[in-house]
Amino acid sequence: MVRYFSIILTLLVVLIVSIAGLRGCKTKRPPIEIFPDMVRQDKVKSQVPSDFFADGRGNRQPVVGTVPLGYAAPSSSKMSSADGSDSVMGGAYNAVIFSGSEGYADTGKVGTNWGTGIPFPVTKETLERGHDRYEIQCAVCHGSTGTGNGIATKYGLVGVANLQQQRLRDMTDGEIYNTVANGKNTMLGYGGVIQVPDRWAIVAYVRALQRSQNATLNDVPDAERASFQPTNAPVTTPAPSKP
Amino acid sequence: MSNFFPRWANWVPLQLLVCVLLAGAPVTLGIWYYFTPKYTRVGYQPDQPVPFSHALHVKQLGMDCRYCHSFVEVAGHSNLPNTQTCINCHGEGKILGNSPRLAPVRESWKTGQPIPWVQIHRLPDYAYFNHAVHVNRGVSCYSCHGKINEMAQVYEAQSLSMKWCLDCHRSPENFLRPPSEVFNMDWHPASDTEQREMGLKFKADWKINPPVNCGGCHR
Ligand code: HEC
Ligand code: HEC
Ligand code: HEC
Ligand code: HEC
Ligand code: HEC
Ligand code: HEC
Repeated sequence: MVRYFSIILTLLVVLIVSIAGLRGCKTKRPPIEIFPDMVRQDKVKSQVPSDFFADGRGNRQPVVGTVPLGYAAPSSSKMSSADGSDSVMGGAYNAVIFSGSEGYADTGKVGTNWGTGIPFPVTKETLERGHDRYEIQCAVCHGSTGTGNGIATKYGLVGVANLQQQRLRDMTDGEIYNTVANGKNTMLGYGGVIQVPDRWAIVAYVRALQRSQNATLNDVPDAERASFQPTNAPVTTPAPSKP
Repeated sequence: MSNFFPRWANWVPLQLLVCVLLAGAPVTLGIWYYFTPKYTRVGYQPDQPVPFSHALHVKQLGMDCRYCHSFVEVAGHSNLPNTQTCINCHGEGKILGNSPRLAPVRESWKTGQPIPWVQIHRLPDYAYFNHAVHVNRGVSCYSCHGKINEMAQVYEAQSLSMKWCLDCHRSPENFLRPPSEVFNMDWHPASDTEQREMGLKFKADWKINPPVNCGGCHR
């Protein structure tokens, strides 16, 4: 009896293991929820569908004139003056700030023309932040030095602009800001994913890149000038851009 | 009085006992082995509407997680990218601009309907989780999602069970990294002792104090 029993048992174990598999093996079967009582509640989390609304989306477009929870109100960012005089933006990257107002800081325009200048004081921190964001968002296409040779161009993305060209050097800050936010021709905008202060930080960094590629000895602070030999080696440290 | 039971019947109780023990051990083992999120969740790898590969985009192209999961540093929820993010590289006339594998992306761009990605990591609704608090305090995506940069198709690498959360909350020093390496899936501490020393330093410097009381996560 015991013998037959153990044979059946062994077969059963082999059967179960072969059907159920081992821990951690890949499966397309959704995880089992044994007691689903409170596991799935009638609340909407981010980026999930909801059949409450006609279009089936849980996430809603903000109503015109309202500020979503957790976002800073446009006026509280106080970046309205082009000369940066009443700026409180400094290094406050913690609040989520997207454009909403009509001022220069949000549109890059003064009246109907492109303005120029970064609407808050450009510090080392701003440039570092700009560098960080540029490497994340722009370098895949425009390359780390901005010459338009990012990795995507090696896989067949054509027409990526060279940010070092004279036309873009002469372009106003406001227009570059607008390209980042809303895109231009075949480049779609990044306004949906880059917040307003970060967009300006990127513009400041692009300016620094443009200067770094055409730097002369005069751009080097007096204190460090002695450390440069008069060769043609390019200066790669980003020089602080004019605000 | 004749013998009502045959002689071998004396052994039946003992044999039954052996069978119960023999059967009991595998049943216990089976429940221990299978009735846990380590089995039910780990390895969940659904087919996605578009065969998007992190191995290609992150490892080969060197893209940063934040190019696509753009709000992971500022929001509780780590967003999936919108269609525009893909279209900027994969639009008509661009990379793989008319590949059938990317047809759902172009379709979504035309109609405005989102791409129906299948959600993989999913906590129960009674547990509160927040990405920003973890990512900004030196907890890497790697600790919770595994080597994403080598996955051609994403699967769940960790159990996301309560024990798993608490294992880290009780001794975060085993996982904390320098903030610059949080998005680098290939970073490794030189040794376990170095990890602990560094972790203890960060824990003290940044006053890290993860919640272990119930209200921290069941709020
Ligand atoms: C998906 C690839 C891609 C990414 C990422 C990208 N760009 Fe572009 N960018 C382009 C292409 C392509 C053009 C050329 C557009 C045209 O003129 O058709 C361009 C053009 C530009 C121009 C010149 C616009 C003009 O007036 O001619 C600027 C400035 C620029 N990009 C800045 C940026 C910045 C800053 C970022 C990072 C936030 C960025 N780009 C990210 C692809 C990209
Ligand atoms: C080119 C855009 C892109 C980049 C870069 C990217 N991801 Fe993703 N990620 C996606 C898309 C699209 C999905 C949804 C499809 C899927 O699951 O494969 C996704 C899914 C995921 C998921 C699973 C989500 C779920 O449903 O549970 C995780 C985890 C994840 N990504 C982590 C990362 C990490 C970590 C990095 C950086 C190393 C990264 N991603 C970089 C686009 C990207
Ligand atoms: C920076 C540009 C860029 C972005 C943004 C991007 N991709 Fe790609 N993708 C590429 C490149 C480059 C390739 C490789 C093309 C090749 O192999 O020739 C590729 C390949 C692919 C492939 C084909 C993979 C295969 O095995 O054939 C798919 C599918 C894909 N991407 C989906 C997506 C999706 C979905 C998104 C949006 C979340 C996205 N990509 C965003 C650059 C990009
Ligand atoms: C402390 C652990 C932890 C860390 C660190 C972490 N995640 Fe997650 N991630 C989770 C959990 C838990 C979920 C499931 C969340 C839920 O169900 O609400 C998740 C879900 C996701 C999702 C899917 C969201 C959705 O709703 O589809 C993406 C994408 C993601 N993580 C990306 C990332 C990226 C990128 C990083 C690194 C910057 C990261 N995660 C770091 C634990 C973590
Ligand atoms: C790899 C380590 C690690 C894992 C895994 C982890 N956490 Fe954490 N968590 C931390 C650290 C470190 C902090 C503390 C951050 C601080 O002190 O600012 C934290 C903080 C938190 C907080 C407090 C947030 C606040 O607002 O104060 C919550 C809630 C939380 N974690 C939930 C979870 C849940 C739920 C899981 C499991 C799905 C989880 N964590 C898994 C490391 C981890
Ligand atoms: C670090 C965050 C965290 C803390 C602290 C925490 N929990 Fe949980 N708890 C979770 C998560 C995440 C789950 C979901 C686990 C799963 O689905 O596998 C969970 C699940 C549970 C469940 C449901 C288990 C089931 O399978 O039905 C109970 C009950 C529970 N927790 C009670 C508690 C109690 C009591 C405390 C305080 C002693 C506590 N939790 C503290 C994160 C936490």
